[in-house]
Amino acid sequence: MANIISDDTIEYVGILAKLELKEEEKARAKKDMSEMLDYIDKLNELDTDGVEPMSHIFPVSNVFREDIVTNTDGSKDTLLNAPKQKDGGFMVPKTIGS
Amino acid sequence: MSKIYETVIGLEVHVELATKTKIFCSCSTAFGGAPNTHTCPVCTGMPGALPVLNRQVVEYAMAVGIATNCKITQYCKFDRKNYFYPDNPQNYQISQLYLPICRDGGIEIETAAGKKTVGIHEIHMEEDAGKLVHDEWEDVSIVDYNRSGVPLIEIVSEPDMRSAEEVIAYLEKLRLIIQYLGASDCKLNEGSMRADVNLSVREAGAKEFGTRTEMKNLNSFKAIARAVEGERARQIELLEEGKKIIQETRRWDDNKETSHTMRSKEDAKDYRYFPEPDLVPVVINDEWIAEVRSRQPEMRQEKMARYQTQYGLPAYDAGILTGDKTFADLFEAAVEICGKPKKVSNWIMVETIRLLKENGMSPDQIQFSPENLAKIVRLSDEGTVTNTVAKEVFELVFLKDIDPEAYIKEHGLSTVSDEGALRAAVEQVIRENPQSVEDYHNGKEKAIGFLVGQTMRAMKGKANPAMVNQLLRELLQAI
Repeated sequence: MANIISDDTIEYVGILAKLELKEEEKARAKKDMSEMLDYIDKLNELDTDGVEPMSHIFPVSNVFREDIVTNTDGSKDTLLNAPKQKDGGFMVPKTIGS
Repeated sequence: MSKIYETVIGLEVHVELATKTKIFCSCSTAFGGAPNTHTCPVCTGMPGALPVLNRQVVEYAMAVGIATNCKITQYCKFDRKNYFYPDNPQNYQISQLYLPICRDGGIEIETAAGKKTVGIHEIHMEEDAGKLVHDEWEDVSIVDYNRSGVPLIEIVSEPDMRSAEEVIAYLEKLRLIIQYLGASDCKLNEGSMRADVNLSVREAGAKEFGTRTEMKNLNSFKAIARAVEGERARQIELLEEGKKIIQETRRWDDNKETSHTMRSKEDAKDYRYFPEPDLVPVVINDEWIAEVRSRQPEMRQEKMARYQTQYGLPAYDAGILTGDKTFADLFEAAVEICGKPKKVSNWIMVETIRLLKENGMSPDQIQFSPENLAKIVRLSDEGTVTNTVAKEVFELVFLKDIDPEAYIKEHGLSTVSDEGALRAAVEQVIRENPQSVEDYHNGKEKAIGFLVGQTMRAMKGKANPAMVNQLLRELLQAI
């Protein structure tokens, strides 16, 4: 394993992903991540000088919609997924700021 | 001993585009719908739902870019910005980082300090987030996703501004351009235009920029000006005390006129952008740019010139009318109907602006129709009503958009030109004001003005003023 994942990195990635990991889960994640990075290193061996970065796998561009309202009231379906609701909205723990 | 500091300001301005539908789905963007009624699997981030780009968003973004002298990026694409927050159901925002649609533009502003160009670094397209309402009674927030997926452009300026005055001049110019294009209504109070202020200070003459902070939650021009002044003072105070400025996002509290830290270290800014795999690139060829350019509407400078040549308005009138899109639209529509440009201009510049001020309203809150304004202009111009009556009726037009013609008829407000009625009124005023009559005969010309006023009052402002004047003189001579 060429890539070593530090405790700090695992902690940081956990914060970004909003995941709380147990110690043994952290150890497993460190191993998985270093293997992934090793795999990417393999790709990095390829000389890509002068190759345009690819932005999409299909040779397709300009797929558009016209600006016409066709959707109707979607609140019923949308709120089916709300664990808690109030006044037609999703109820979530209080957030500060916006 | 005190050093001289220079303030360096750059703005990030978010503008909600005036499309009928959202950026990636066919949900309505109408403001004020019941919570979550304008939602679908795409704008609520359901797994497997696929976004499809609204063509009008690209055209509006191009139009704003062209009007602000930007280069259009002919091969542009979207990127995914990852973050967790309840207002963002996908857990990412589709935005543009690497290839924004417009770059390297600028607009000219004018302040007391003179003219200067504020550079525009880039304009990119992105989607808005949902809205969080903090519950008054319980310790919870309520989320409404109607705004989720509403198209935005973010206009990022260069750090070219040096004062609150320049910031306001830049924002006003930008707003006017976008309103003229019809790309947004740019209402700060409704959030369709929002500005984040990046500000740093440095000693005058220094080459390096100081550490900057970003200020959010600014929803009026006045709040922006106060926030700029407040943040400048806060940073200078820290530097004077030998302390360091921390690069952070701060939230402005306009009631307290202070700001506080918004993001803690835990929420470090690490958005892990990557190319959006669900959307294909946008290729903009020269023909498309030319087509959008050819459809650009008349902008303020051209309109100002035309108002002077076509309608013969003074430069001052043309400047005020074109200074707000609502005024310009109202003016043109009313002139189209009644054909009296200078009169229409006067009604807008005097009575309308006075009533807006009295009611604490901005021009975009005008509710009356150009038809009713044109009627007032015609009725007062023809002498159907006196100026006094016209002004009174116009207040009702302004407040309730009443039909002035019907109202005047219904309430019998037409100018009284009946000689018998006027003569009777004048005779009574003369009887009741012997002192003024005596003053007049003693050579006090002013006394006649008082008597005219009394007659008009007795006739509730409806008397034909020329006839009152003439009758008064005639009857006074006879005494």
